Amino acid sequence: MAKLRGTGMSAVNYPTGMNLGGDPSQALIHATTSGSFVVSLSATDLGQGLRTVIGQIAAEALGVRMEDVVIDTADTDTGPHDMGTFASRATHRVGNAVMAAAQEAREALLDVAEDELEAARSDLEFDGQGNILVRGAPDRSLKVADIAAAAQFKYGKTIAGRGVYMKPRSPVDPETGAMDPDSTEAHACTVAEVEVDTETGEVTVLSIRSAYEVGRQINPALVKGQIVGGAWMGMSHALYETTAPYYPDPDHNPKDFSEYLMPGAYEMPEIDCVVLEYPSSNGPYGVKGVGEMTANAPIPAIVNAIYHATGLRIDELPVTPELILRGLDAKERAASVASAADTTATTGS
Amino acid sequence: MGSKIITFVLGGREVEVMVKPMTTLQAVLRYQLGYTAVKEGCRQGGCGSCTVLVEGEPMMSCLLPVEDVAGMHVTTLEAITPADGLDRVQQAFLEHGAFQCGYCTPGMIVVSKALLGHNPRPTRQEIVDAFAGNICRCTGYEPIIAAVEGAARASASKAAQPG
Repeated sequence: MAKLRGTGMSAVNYPTGMNLGGDPSQALIHATTSGSFVVSLSATDLGQGLRTVIGQIAAEALGVRMEDVVIDTADTDTGPHDMGTFASRATHRVGNAVMAAAQEAREALLDVAEDELEAARSDLEFDGQGNILVRGAPDRSLKVADIAAAAQFKYGKTIAGRGVYMKPRSPVDPETGAMDPDSTEAHACTVAEVEVDTETGEVTVLSIRSAYEVGRQINPALVKGQIVGGAWMGMSHALYETTAPYYPDPDHNPKDFSEYLMPGAYEMPEIDCVVLEYPSSNGPYGVKGVGEMTANAPIPAIVNAIYHATGLRIDELPVTPELILRGLDAKERAASVASAADTTATTGS
Repeated sequence: MGSKIITFVLGGREVEVMVKPMTTLQAVLRYQLGYTAVKEGCRQGGCGSCTVLVEGEPMMSCLLPVEDVAGMHVTTLEAITPADGLDRVQQAFLEHGAFQCGYCTPGMIVVSKALLGHNPRPTRQEIVDAFAGNICRCTGYEPIIAAVEGAARASASKAAQPG
């Protein structure tokens, strides 16, 4: 009985958005009389920080401060249509829709600013701090809030914008299988180190180290949050989580959360990552999706590390202690049969 | 059996509730008194999202009949949060990105407060041990552990300042 160590590697290319496209996201933006901009969406923030990154994108695209942007993801019954928050698509799809909506809202704002500032549109610029300036005339500027108020009370106009982003659905050629499956792809490579206890069959993950290429990072802290949390979740899929852990009797299945196995703080390995940025050609400011993929790469890396440590090629998840012990037993039996055959062969000669 | 009136001290203020026997502290706090930081994750002591302090000790309020805390001091995240700004542990959670969906966060912060109350400079292992009963689905725990270490450092450097 021993504790065997091994190192494994894996790499993933992860497509952003629904396979083959055809998954629209819409955004509506309007200015309130206080000069803040409400961005209405039906995409949902699951805790990954969608509201934060969309707030950043909207502020940048509108040319106002982030605190002047309100992200409203309240209700899919009443909001603009969105296919949903899945497939690592929201920052890319919703971000593009918000940029289009912001462009229209900016034009509406500039229509009014031209009159209010008595300047040609080509001379107007946003300072990114909530003001519109006349280029070359520093004393001539107006707050976006005042322009929005003037639009509504003086000119009887709305300041609003509509945006939609959709990668058209790609047909698959029935003869060749040719298709255009995704908008952009993020990439990752993970190296995992494990220790396998041959007496108990338990696998301890010692470290998960990854390199991620995710396009432009809108918010590096949130990207890191996805990567670290995803490493945990990948480890959990690789070694722990299943709704049917005990075969063959379904009566032994877990019935509730307290019987559903997940690693906790105690099981956390050392997690490290580097992030590379090669901007995409079609994401807002060059983003790609970094959500689901963070839970993907750790799984094959851990399973490969188990192979390196024990010589067991396991193709079932999760890799339970039972699978390891059965695998080791089978390997031992095969070895003793082989050595018995050798002995027979030697004796026979 | 009929209802009973139970009195306990919640966040420094005495409260009186009328409950059926075996009503949990979690149900009383969240549904009767509106203390929504006390989450209802699993209702069987498996997730830690309902953790509160009873006489300064972290306890899962979903497993505790409210009769058992009669006369005791109960503290929820609401009482830890100052009227202005954030508690140093909350501030550290914010700085370290120690939450995503936020569902486990009240329980995690309550446990961190209790730990740092007993042990102002915990080791990493002591922090991990303190979170043995708390599940987080999003963060991978690492940012939460880093936040507790950060909060401990922040109070140590504050203590070291003259005056």
